[in-house]
Amino acid sequence: MKIVACIKRVPTTEAQAKVSGDGKSLDSAGWQYMASFYDEIAVEAAIQAKEKHGGDITVLTIGPAEASKEVREFLARGADNGVILKDADPSNRDPRWTAKALAAKVGTLGADVVFTGRVATDRDNAAVGPMLATYLGWPCVTDVVALEIADGMVTAKRETEHGVETVECALPAVITCNKGLNEPRRASLKGIMAVKTKTIAEEAPTDAGAQAVIVSVELPPTRKAGRIVGEGLAGVTALVDALKNEAKIL
Amino acid sequence: MSTILVFVEESNGVARRASLECISAARATGMPVVAVVAGASAAQAAANLGQYGATKVVALTGAAQWSADAVARDVAAVAKELGATGFLAAATATGKDIAPRVAALLDSTLFSDCTAIAADGGALVATRPWLAGKAVAKLRSTAPVFCATTRPNVFPASESGGSAEVVTRAASNDGKAHVTSSAEKTGGKLDVKEASIVVSGGRGLRGPENFHLIEELAAAFGSAATGASRAVVDAGWRPHGEQVGQTGKTVSPQLYVAVGISGAIQHLAGMRTSKIIVAINKDADAPIFKIADYGVVGDAFEILPALTKAIAAARKH
Repeated sequence: MKIVACIKRVPTTEAQAKVSGDGKSLDSAGWQYMASFYDEIAVEAAIQAKEKHGGDITVLTIGPAEASKEVREFLARGADNGVILKDADPSNRDPRWTAKALAAKVGTLGADVVFTGRVATDRDNAAVGPMLATYLGWPCVTDVVALEIADGMVTAKRETEHGVETVECALPAVITCNKGLNEPRRASLKGIMAVKTKTIAEEAPTDAGAQAVIVSVELPPTRKAGRIVGEGLAGVTALVDALKNEAKIL
Repeated sequence: MSTILVFVEESNGVARRASLECISAARATGMPVVAVVAGASAAQAAANLGQYGATKVVALTGAAQWSADAVARDVAAVAKELGATGFLAAATATGKDIAPRVAALLDSTLFSDCTAIAADGGALVATRPWLAGKAVAKLRSTAPVFCATTRPNVFPASESGGSAEVVTRAASNDGKAHVTSSAEKTGGKLDVKEASIVVSGGRGLRGPENFHLIEELAAAFGSAATGASRAVVDAGWRPHGEQVGQTGKTVSPQLYVAVGISGAIQHLAGMRTSKIIVAINKDADAPIFKIADYGVVGDAFEILPALTKAIAAARKH
């Protein structure tokens, strides 16, 4: 089985936001990066699919050359090939642009299944997976928390606000992975050593032209300073009073 | 005149509140709004959408099974026939499953989880959080259709007192993926994203066996959802569907109560747009107090039973 896992290099969750001088972007000075949280689950799903069905895994990303760090980590965990669609400044890209660039590459790889995270934890669009599937003309199951692939068919459970849906479709398909699907493994020392000298392909992405135009980027309005209404049981009385008479929420 | 098409979700013949909010958001732009409803009881749900400001409603009826890709094709076809210049859906699990596909079929990009949609000199401008709310971006679109999803609980679901022509349209049964079964949450538990009150617990609760205290406080408030910090979800104390934060769900309820949650930046990102924030923590220096409107310093095990009782009593009067 030909498996593709799409990943994105994003700022760590500790990254602080600071608006750049142009007022249209964020100042990334001092940021550390990581693979988006849900992409770890996507890669683990890819590795488990390979363990069960054989084949090989390509880790595919769009980003700067530095994303090779995250790609290499996933190669060490069990993926076979890494491809970076090199884009030095992905900050002006939008979900359509990304989905089209990925669709063009996935098409040439002849993939049977593509795993993505349910959302990337920087722009939080949760759009690329289903857009990618639509451009490929494939089915897609989003927010997947349980997955079975057998005889070319996918049976997946997806989590909604109201419960869990079971969805069935045929391969090839795009699966967007949610927390709970699996527990991502760590790379073994042997795996880390084995991929040290491995070449990660760098290619130019298909450029569909961005449609999103950034008007401004701001920090969120600061919250009006609150107050400690009290300590212990005295605090309970004061809190109920504030919720009732001040916030008028009760 | 240009039109905004709004995708409406229904359950048992009733439009979901998040969809009504989305119609309101569309109406506030001043453009005419057409609603398209899909689902087993779409025709029934379509009937009162005019009251919320839709000028026309298209009900997609007769689908054998729910198929997101088939619904998206039908919705995109309606958008094309209308010559819609805008497309909105609520940023719910279903809305986020459908909207990106509709946008792709219209070869248009998508702005997800928007907290404002404004008409600025004929062009629509989306306001949406980046990095789970650490920053806020305003965006315009050069796409053929302006496509966006609206965050639940942010826009009012206001009635316009109007009425709408309802047309039915046969749903295409050509889906590639189908929902073969669905299991509703037991006990009708509310989701953190949709609830107007969220009570969340963190490590301060000391163990999963103590979360009944969180559930009891949520019950005392009436219709409140229970949430959790990443630490307790990672520890397996609570299901991941309850996790609030940058790697969980982002919420904007009327009232957010954080109990035994210190307030790591990744948690704050997920709840800082709540209208009122209450923090209960035994550490007076916990970062959560910096963004809380009302703080109580104290032990959760002492505070929670007393607060539950006091809230229940206050709501009775």
